[in-house]
Amino acid sequence: MIGNGPFLAVGILFLIALVGIFTQKNLIKIAMAIAILGSSVNLFLVALGYRTGGTVPIHYLAGEGGPMVLPTPQAMTLTAIVIALATTALLLSLIMLIYRHYGTINVDEIRRLRG
Amino acid sequence: MNPLSLIVRVGCDIFAWFMLVFGTNVIIHGYMSPGGGFQGGAIAATFIVFLLVAYGSRRVHSWVNEGIYDVLFDELGLLSFIILAFLGLPTSFFFNYLATPLGVASPWFTPGAGTIFFMSIAVGIEVTGALSLVILNMHRGIRLFSESPMEEELGHDR
Amino acid sequence: MNLNEHLPALLLAVPLLGAFTAPLFSLGGKFLRNAALLAATFLTLVVAFLLWRHVSAAGVAVYVMGAKSAALTLPSGMKFPIRIILEVDAFSAFMALTGAIASFAGALFSLNYMNRFTGLNRFVSLYCLLTAGMLGMMVTGDLFNFFVFFEVASIASFGLIAFWRDKPEAIEASFKYALVSQVASMFILVAAGALYGKYNILNMAAMGSVLTLGTLEKVALVFLVGALACKCGAFPMHMWLPDAYAEAPSGVTCLLVAVSQASLYGLMRVCFSLYGVTLGSSFLPWVIILLGLASMFFGVSMAVVQHEIKRLMGYHSVSQVGYMLLGLGAGLLVLPDPAALASYGLTAISGGIYHMFNYTMYKALLFLTAGAIYYATGTRDLNEMGGLAKKMPYTTFMFVIAAAAISGLPPFNGFVSKLLIYESVFAIHPALTVVALLTSVLTLASFVKVFQTAFLGPRKFSLSGVKEVPSGMLLGMTVLTVAIIGASLFPTWTLSHLVEPAAKALVDQGAYIGAVMGGGM
Repeated sequence: MIGNGPFLAVGILFLIALVGIFTQKNLIKIAMAIAILGSSVNLFLVALGYRTGGTVPIHYLAGEGGPMVLPTPQAMTLTAIVIALATTALLLSLIMLIYRHYGTINVDEIRRLRG
Repeated sequence: MNPLSLIVRVGCDIFAWFMLVFGTNVIIHGYMSPGGGFQGGAIAATFIVFLLVAYGSRRVHSWVNEGIYDVLFDELGLLSFIILAFLGLPTSFFFNYLATPLGVASPWFTPGAGTIFFMSIAVGIEVTGALSLVILNMHRGIRLFSESPMEEELGHDR
Repeated sequence: MNLNEHLPALLLAVPLLGAFTAPLFSLGGKFLRNAALLAATFLTLVVAFLLWRHVSAAGVAVYVMGAKSAALTLPSGMKFPIRIILEVDAFSAFMALTGAIASFAGALFSLNYMNRFTGLNRFVSLYCLLTAGMLGMMVTGDLFNFFVFFEVASIASFGLIAFWRDKPEAIEASFKYALVSQVASMFILVAAGALYGKYNILNMAAMGSVLTLGTLEKVALVFLVGALACKCGAFPMHMWLPDAYAEAPSGVTCLLVAVSQASLYGLMRVCFSLYGVTLGSSFLPWVIILLGLASMFFGVSMAVVQHEIKRLMGYHSVSQVGYMLLGLGAGLLVLPDPAALASYGLTAISGGIYHMFNYTMYKALLFLTAGAIYYATGTRDLNEMGGLAKKMPYTTFMFVIAAAAISGLPPFNGFVSKLLIYESVFAIHPALTVVALLTSVLTLASFVKVFQTAFLGPRKFSLSGVKEVPSGMLLGMTVLTVAIIGASLFPTWTLSHLVEPAAKALVDQGAYIGAVMGGGM
């Protein structure tokens, strides 16, 4: 049961992020919810690759014997982190520009586009 | 964003260089240890963050030539990465033509990891430049709120 | 070194090289920068054409990045493939060719169109990067790399949609698009991770060979289909699409049309090649068909009431995506039944795939003509236009061709693909055809309105200084016009050489799997 703990955390974080995206009115909070969504998925991938008692999947540093944890999900996670960094920077820059144009970051008051 | 106190500035002066050296270390050993180009580059890019925090964006922007980050770091990293990939093309794209098997000494000055070693460095250079640029540009965006008016493009005709 | 062998990698490497070298060329001034953009997109088009020719002659092409030989998918007797594998069958090659044509036309158009704006070296980089991401989504054979290219395309398009930083609407549209595509991409990553956790494979062909339908696979399928349907602009999550298409610069919108087709390609690849006949029930095909019907109807009914020209065209995009979903969903419905597949299923898939090509061509052309009108008159509001036909004869001519094609008037290619969809979905249920026909009629009505208000009618005094747009923009539009007229004049050749191999390749799951799993030592 305790082995499923990370996956439970993933589910909770994922739901928190989705609720945040759909209910928050503040653009910064929406960007934070997107970042939480990315983190929950990264946690999911890392938890997926873990093997009980596993060592680092690097030849020079591995301990004696024992299984290695899966390296592929870790590579996937790193790629996802890089991408999440780029999108977070971009989202925050867009929020800065929106604030300069509208003077607010409340979703309800930003309604230039309709439909 | 005004400069902080003397103590903070001295501390940041020291640690900024330390982070740069540490980031370079992570990049260079990226082919055989945890870390690598992106992680090392992210550490090295904190150099500019330290300076921004300690001295405020106005002074740092007057020191920094963004063209250096843009052309030198970004272009050098990206181009060397893709050229290394292209050089493997007679066999296949990204082919590791410098690698030697485990336990065999490399005939070159390079480690046995071959192109992975160079690609890790290329990515490190690129990420250092790109992250520094991102941070500098976002900081300048904050300054634009108070100082200059919105720059308008000329072509919209309205 | 055999060039044909390396074409799949070159298809990605050429636009990437263009994106990376663009800032260097920009140092050399305007001419070099424009030359770099044109050269990168034109070379991509050439590579896409060669790849298509190679694939239609030699069957599925497989490319393993960094392997000892480019086709070595299973090194030293392994049971499942390792390394990053690109897999190009006739469907992928067809889509890549379509995307490359749109990319080249948009680049030609942008040379003059973007001339008045600043920051163009970034524009060139992002444009090439968007092309690379789009083509990557079309040729990759690996679920995780599909996510990576999806993100490359997404991030490049956020930047390009918000390229006019001084327009609040553009920033807002870009933010909206960023939200939708970030949530969608995280869903894709969760699905890829879940499937990896069960099968320890990321390669789509290898996964398709061992996939059995359980609860986990159903959940993953829901995530994948939902995310990709969001991203290609199907009905319930279509609200980002008209905003993004309307606010992006027109040359970029032309490419964004092709990028949304890449998402649709991914949807079809997942449904047909990854799951295929193991789908079993007809639930998912009906969901796709209903999504298609809803997109068609609501898209066109929103479009009729718009009076801003690019936004109107954006809503038409939603309804056109519905046609493709309808055709491909109908094909998916009869996939387990060989007799029905042969009698009308393959026709439906051919119709859907042909419509993808046609849609990309004429919708890209429509957006380019809208951009030309905007460039010449400085407005996008239909109520402020009038009598442009005398002033801009070439633009008018190309607009008429594109509008006739999108409305499905008989000699044009839009008619052929719509006819294929009508007659095949009629075999499933006549009501589907009725909705499709109704949509077509409303589309025609809407474009007659645009033509009448913008190009005919009294000449507005405020538009007296309007001239025809520069030759670069006309050339960009001509590329797409030639593609439309070519496909309209030779429908039989197009169907038998371009579309039907693609449809057969999409249905043939065994060949897709065999190219990776059977090609080892």
